[in-house]
Amino acid sequence: MTAGRAAGLPSSGGLSLPGDAATRRQIMVVAASREIRDGEVVFVGMRLPLLGFAVARATHAPRAIGLFENGVIRDSPPAGPLITMGDPPNIAGAVMCTTLLDVMGHLARGRVDIGFLGGAQVDRFGNLNTTWVEERGRRVRLPGSGGAADIAALSHRTVIIMQHERRRFPERVGYLTSPGYGAGGRWREEAGLARGGPARVITSLAVLGFAPDSHEMMLESIHPGVTVDDVLAETGWALRTSARPATTPEPTADELAVLRRFDPSGAWTG
Amino acid sequence: MAATKVMTLRDAVSHFVGDGAVIAMGTGLEACIPFAAGHEIIRQGRRDLTLVGPISDILFDQLIGAGCVARVIAAWVGNVGAGIAYNFRRAVEDGVPRSLEMEDHTNMTVALALDAAARGVPFLPSRTALGSDIVRGHRRLREITCPFTGDRLLGVGALPLDLAILHVPRCDRDGNAHLWGNLGITLEAARAARRVVLTAEEIVDGAVIRSDPNRTLIPGFLVAAVSAVPRGSHPSPTQGYLNRDDRFYDEYHAETRTRDGFLGWLDRMVTGSADHDAYLTRLGTARVESLRPATPRLAAPVDYGL
Repeated sequence: MTAGRAAGLPSSGGLSLPGDAATRRQIMVVAASREIRDGEVVFVGMRLPLLGFAVARATHAPRAIGLFENGVIRDSPPAGPLITMGDPPNIAGAVMCTTLLDVMGHLARGRVDIGFLGGAQVDRFGNLNTTWVEERGRRVRLPGSGGAADIAALSHRTVIIMQHERRRFPERVGYLTSPGYGAGGRWREEAGLARGGPARVITSLAVLGFAPDSHEMMLESIHPGVTVDDVLAETGWALRTSARPATTPEPTADELAVLRRFDPSGAWTG
Repeated sequence: MAATKVMTLRDAVSHFVGDGAVIAMGTGLEACIPFAAGHEIIRQGRRDLTLVGPISDILFDQLIGAGCVARVIAAWVGNVGAGIAYNFRRAVEDGVPRSLEMEDHTNMTVALALDAAARGVPFLPSRTALGSDIVRGHRRLREITCPFTGDRLLGVGALPLDLAILHVPRCDRDGNAHLWGNLGITLEAARAARRVVLTAEEIVDGAVIRSDPNRTLIPGFLVAAVSAVPRGSHPSPTQGYLNRDDRFYDEYHAETRTRDGFLGWLDRMVTGSADHDAYLTRLGTARVESLRPATPRLAAPVDYGL
């Protein structure tokens, strides 16, 4: 799966949050949009990353191109609200509709700058699990990779979007569906992966990055109203933090205006 | 060769879907999923099928819950609207209604496995999925060393199909099919299959197909049977013919949470409906009509002039 295709843990409802959900989700979408640089080729995914792509194109990255694994290539937001990337509004007005292997070929060739991913679990080295989890002593089967392992293996960099909950942040995933940095260090090169790895993890609480050589996840910024202790309490290992972490920048008025244009009913960010 | 390929869906399933067959369906990912054909397979009680797909939507879940499936070869099995597919979980975790063998893939590896079969080679190389647990102990994915460069690569073994069942916008009576919208792994599946069965929104005159040969993506010589099944992809969309029935996915998710709930759903919508027309009637005329695209978006004509 790519980010946003519903594959959460069985008892959870995707990225929904109680209380101040609107603000947190808007912060997540805008943080995702800021990962996209102008002119980049983006493996988009659905829902929050799709909105992030729309915000990026409408603000700082008007020349970004979006690729979808079902074969769609777009240089504009979809013609209407979507539940899946295969919905008619994502086809109408596309630049190109082709095969999955054509689009994956661009990915394999190294033409995708950034890919968005989600999952049930992410670990200390950015590995994702969307296949098997253990819940209350019972093995639970999740839907599987979809295109996520391909995007994780072959993009120049990936951005992972996650609900920040302790059960979703184990120190080591029990099943490695989509490779991050494996056991850290030079694991990707040794596995034969040509490039890539996660650059950021954007969660409901914080933005995280990866240390240059060890490739261990570390806290970069916390969202307004969140404390470092909140983040540590929802992370399953001793997360590396700095003494004074930055605060994730709030969305600008322009960014919020674009978000409202693409999500008028607040279905995704409301 | 049969005198005509055009037949009812009931006859197409009866003639071309055998017990134990390896069948690709849902090759367009979230769109053009041949639900009507899958339902007819359930009605006719086929058993021990191997289902092949990329991401696979609730059609696989329905066939699994109905006891038709022994093995799934796919990258993702779920409900694209709501996440978890409960029949799939019950089968894999608890062997209900029967045990299910799962061959996990990525979207790219399942596409390459079909493409290898389509090209008549035993495998194709790739750099995807290296380091993923999907590859460990896999019967069709193996790390190999490139004979030219010495690079570590993933060899993806060929996956020949007995049958590909595809829902298409329009084709002629010979099965020459125009496709538009996202293609997913449809073309690789058609080429990898010994036989192709089409369900079509419309069966059109051959002259319509020949007016735009670049849009013909499946040539009729691959096709064994053609059935006219308007809205045969419901609840998934077919561009220009049917929009997605989003509500259906949520209702299915809620109703199939328990085995009994699924059996009630199956009895009402599939085994208790004689055919796809009865299924659509069960859904209700107003609901089906509301899914018809309201605003045409015609492509500009192209000139094949001499």
